[in-house]
Amino acid sequence: MGLAKRIIPCLDVDNGRVVKGVQFVDIRDAGDPVEVARRYNEEGADEITFLDITASSDNRETIVHVVEQVASEVFIPLTVGGGIRTVDDVRRMLLAGADKVAINTAAVFNPEFVKEAADSIGSQAIVVAIDAKSVGEGKWEIFTHGGRKPTGIDAIDWARRMTDYGAGEILLTSMDRDGTRIGFDNALTRAVAEAVTIPVIASGGVGNLQHLVDGVKQGGADAVLAASIFHFAEYSIGEAKRFMADQGVEVRL
Amino acid sequence: MEQKIAVLDYGMGNLRSVSKALEHVAPDAEVRVTDDHEWIRAADRVVFPGQGAARDCMAAIGQHHLNREVREAMKSKPFLGICMGLQVLLTFSEENAGTELLGIFPGQVMRFAADMPGDNGMPLKIPHMGWSRVRQSHSHPLWEGIADEARFYFVHSYHVVPEDSSLVAATTDYGIEFVSAISSGNLFAVQFHPEKSADAGLRLLKNFVNWKPE
Repeated sequence: MGLAKRIIPCLDVDNGRVVKGVQFVDIRDAGDPVEVARRYNEEGADEITFLDITASSDNRETIVHVVEQVASEVFIPLTVGGGIRTVDDVRRMLLAGADKVAINTAAVFNPEFVKEAADSIGSQAIVVAIDAKSVGEGKWEIFTHGGRKPTGIDAIDWARRMTDYGAGEILLTSMDRDGTRIGFDNALTRAVAEAVTIPVIASGGVGNLQHLVDGVKQGGADAVLAASIFHFAEYSIGEAKRFMADQGVEVRL
Repeated sequence: MEQKIAVLDYGMGNLRSVSKALEHVAPDAEVRVTDDHEWIRAADRVVFPGQGAARDCMAAIGQHHLNREVREAMKSKPFLGICMGLQVLLTFSEENAGTELLGIFPGQVMRFAADMPGDNGMPLKIPHMGWSRVRQSHSHPLWEGIADEARFYFVHSYHVVPEDSSLVAATTDYGIEFVSAISSGNLFAVQFHPEKSADAGLRLLKNFVNWKPE
């Protein structure tokens, strides 16, 4: 068919540093975001996603500078998420050099914001991030606040609605799997991928390279996102791509 | 002598990455994101980027009074269109219930069909987003050093259908084989984003910066 499945390393950035918590505790320092982004680019990453987990709004400027620095020397698509609440926030990130923003909580509390952002900036720049938890066989619910607050919203319905509102892509995280390293929730990924007409990025739970393959083959994901397996040099992006290619997944080598 | 490269600014999207990528491949050049007519006229090369919807793009070109500048520049100096900067060169787009374009080249801009089968049992996703192969239709200075069928980064829901097939500089498969680059004299225009296409994209930009059309 010709379109490569994308491998997207994700950098959780707190106050200007890359960190990775395992189920939100034990946060380890994984380095300078610009250096890490440069390394991923050299290894052949197809995109890079930054999630700004900085709690305090005083430090929001920091992520803008990180994006500016990375965008000056890394020439692949960059996505930024975390704390994006207004069209001005979106513009600021794009002006700093991001190509897309991921909107999560703000979409849940104000779905019209997604419509407004897509209308004024274009769907290509709007990723809706969905954090979903299993609530029974073949049913998933949206949770906010790092998976702590249920919303009563069905994840599949929500994905369809966000597509109708102009989202250009969905970043789908299984809160059950995030940080567990036991693989994506492929049933969830497939249910969403089949429900929408826009690309779906699978996220949450990657512990080895087979999980990436499974996300594409079983989950039907257009792209796979992972953090920790790449941060601590367990696997390089290049190794991941060669492994996927050997398993018959089309990737950009 | 240091050359001047104008990146046309008409308020449509992220031009920083285009200008940063040009600065990266041409450290001695003066790259300016601008809608200043004098500066555009004085520039040695012009890059015409663009993203978003066709109607908004056409409106923005009008508001910035760039219609004439675009036409003049593409006649007189190396000119690179990117993404929407390719599409608006044609006559008419299906987008926004039909939009008249600049009409430089006869042809249409059409949306990908919604029901094209993908490789995993699901319909192909629209937008076409990600890295696809670019099949070079003929040799061209801008393809120098870039492997035929190299992958570039795309993000678009519409593609160009020029009437004159001799314009076609490259094609790409996404459900159908569509035109992913055109060339005509000192003009080159691409559907993909060279500024986001890693080494292959930087090479194309470097080729553009060094390009001396006949």
